[in-house]
Amino acid sequence: MKIKFTLWKLVFLFLMAAGLYATILRFTRGLGAATNLSDQFPWGIWISFDVLCGVMLAAGGFTLTAAVHILNIKRMHSIVRPTVLTAFLGYLLVCVALMYDLGKPYNIWHPLIMRNPHSVMFEVAWCVMLYTTVLALEFSPIVLERFNLRKPMKVIRGILIPLVICGVILSTLHQSSLGSLYLIIPEKLHPFWYSPLLPLFFFLSAIAVGLAMTIFESSLSAKHFGRQLELPILQELGRVLVVVLGVYAILRFQDLLHRGVLRLTVQPSYEMYLFWIEVTLALILPLVLLSQRKVRMSSGGLYWSAVLVLLGFITNRMNVSITGFERSAGTHYFPKWTELSVTGAIIAAGFALFGLAVKYLPIFPEEERGVQRRLGTAAPVDVAPALVEHAGD
Amino acid sequence: MSKALLYDATICIGCKQCEQACAEQNKLRYDDAVAAEERQSEHKFTAVLARGDKFMRRLCMNCQDPACASVCPVGALEKTTLGPVTYDADKCMGCRYCMVACPFSVPKYEWNKLFPKVRKCTMCSDRVSQDKPTACAEICPTGATKFGERDDLVKEAQQRIRENPGKYLDHIYGLTEVGGTSVLLLSSVPFEEFGYHTPDYSLPMLTYRVLSHIPDFVPLWGVLLGGVWWITHRREEVATTEGQRPAAEDHMGRKP
Repeated sequence: MKIKFTLWKLVFLFLMAAGLYATILRFTRGLGAATNLSDQFPWGIWISFDVLCGVMLAAGGFTLTAAVHILNIKRMHSIVRPTVLTAFLGYLLVCVALMYDLGKPYNIWHPLIMRNPHSVMFEVAWCVMLYTTVLALEFSPIVLERFNLRKPMKVIRGILIPLVICGVILSTLHQSSLGSLYLIIPEKLHPFWYSPLLPLFFFLSAIAVGLAMTIFESSLSAKHFGRQLELPILQELGRVLVVVLGVYAILRFQDLLHRGVLRLTVQPSYEMYLFWIEVTLALILPLVLLSQRKVRMSSGGLYWSAVLVLLGFITNRMNVSITGFERSAGTHYFPKWTELSVTGAIIAAGFALFGLAVKYLPIFPEEERGVQRRLGTAAPVDVAPALVEHAGD
Repeated sequence: MSKALLYDATICIGCKQCEQACAEQNKLRYDDAVAAEERQSEHKFTAVLARGDKFMRRLCMNCQDPACASVCPVGALEKTTLGPVTYDADKCMGCRYCMVACPFSVPKYEWNKLFPKVRKCTMCSDRVSQDKPTACAEICPTGATKFGERDDLVKEAQQRIRENPGKYLDHIYGLTEVGGTSVLLLSSVPFEEFGYHTPDYSLPMLTYRVLSHIPDFVPLWGVLLGGVWWITHRREEVATTEGQRPAAEDHMGRKP
């Protein structure tokens, strides 16, 4: 078979090669050699981006399953599968990133038998473990359908609603807990980002990002896999996004006001610039854009607003976990190239796995897969029985 | 009764014998180069800082309600009833939350080891459990670092301040800071000058206040979500029986 080297394949291979080299360095020479972490900066980009942002970007899973299965918004069901896939991959990759970041990764199972209910990290560990399991179960019908395994499929369907409810509860808990992690350092974290409301901010922004990520991922899939865009659904998500962002923005500024920090937002400082970059990307621009009907109704407008929200809240997580620390740590942190290349390889793996899953599993609705199959891009195994079974889809 | 250290900066002569005794006790290298380092690290658990003729020790404060022990997901760090905050490297998985959470930034990491441990002063927990003073207190030639019962040391510190007007700041650092510490400090110059600035309340409550709501929150949220599901699907059942178009299956092929 002739392999065609497209630009993206080359980028992917490059990222994987760099990631492999960094991996070898990390697991033969240790964290000191592979990272710019120090006693002043014990948490770097692997926590900030791979874990905090990774979990946040996977929030579409619980947002969409709740909308479809609990709020019973049926018309959204065609985008649940790709969203659950995104979330499942997201959590798997978070676990992979943790193996890099933990000093003694072979002890990662310790929270199973050693308990400390006073530790937010203990709660996060359990929630991530349980929610990854829930996501695996929510994802399993896709695999079971692919291999036409009816019996286990029936079992999963029987417990679907409790499963979705568990998923939403677990997500609520640990999305907010990632914010609670920082509650214990009132003196170390800059007042722009330290707030008693951190858990609420993390939870609300996870919902916003879950919606934005769904818009982003649907738009990309439409373009990349030649599918028809579910524009009416995305328009509706855009509308909900405006409301969530609006609520978040008001809470965020009320909180700054009540803590007497609002005046700092107009006093030039390193933190002030990063604060405004965050607020402009995450709140101001998307709110201005999405509140206009013309933008909200167009696929391009929705796509770029979603990208802004994603970038904005990625900046927010970086600010909470890096920028906000630099003053008290008395030093700046910038990741070493090895740290960046591990992160890059993990992101690339995410995209590649998504592509593979779409290629070999029934991720998108059947009608389209039928078309794709004729075009020779879908699974080689006969999916006819599943098609018949799902005739009512 | 819990043990403690009282460090009186006005008696300290900056001889750094405590640093050396600490290194020996913890089997760490100690030479002129290490002695010159003015900060704690994975190979130096206590440091005597000098500002002109004023001195100040830095070491793990072995807090009464330690943030490090409260955040450790596996309970590798533990506050013992005797006073020391101990560390069990076999439990530790290396998440480094303790380093982030410590208000004094005391825990240090062996960054250059493949399987690193957290390193910090543990108030000579082995010696203390054998009823011996810490290595630093035992060696101190002037009595600037004194080991004893915390309650007795607090009384003694109060007495020193009372009997020597003008000599000390009227402040026993560690009496109430972060909920109290097992290392108490007396000084004539503000503690902030040596990097001591911490809130006057215990930190673990900040996270536990939120965590303790989880057991209440889970059934509440669960019933609410289940209830919403019940209502939204009941509405549909009614619509279906009233002869409207039946709804489609969901993504997992369930009939409503």
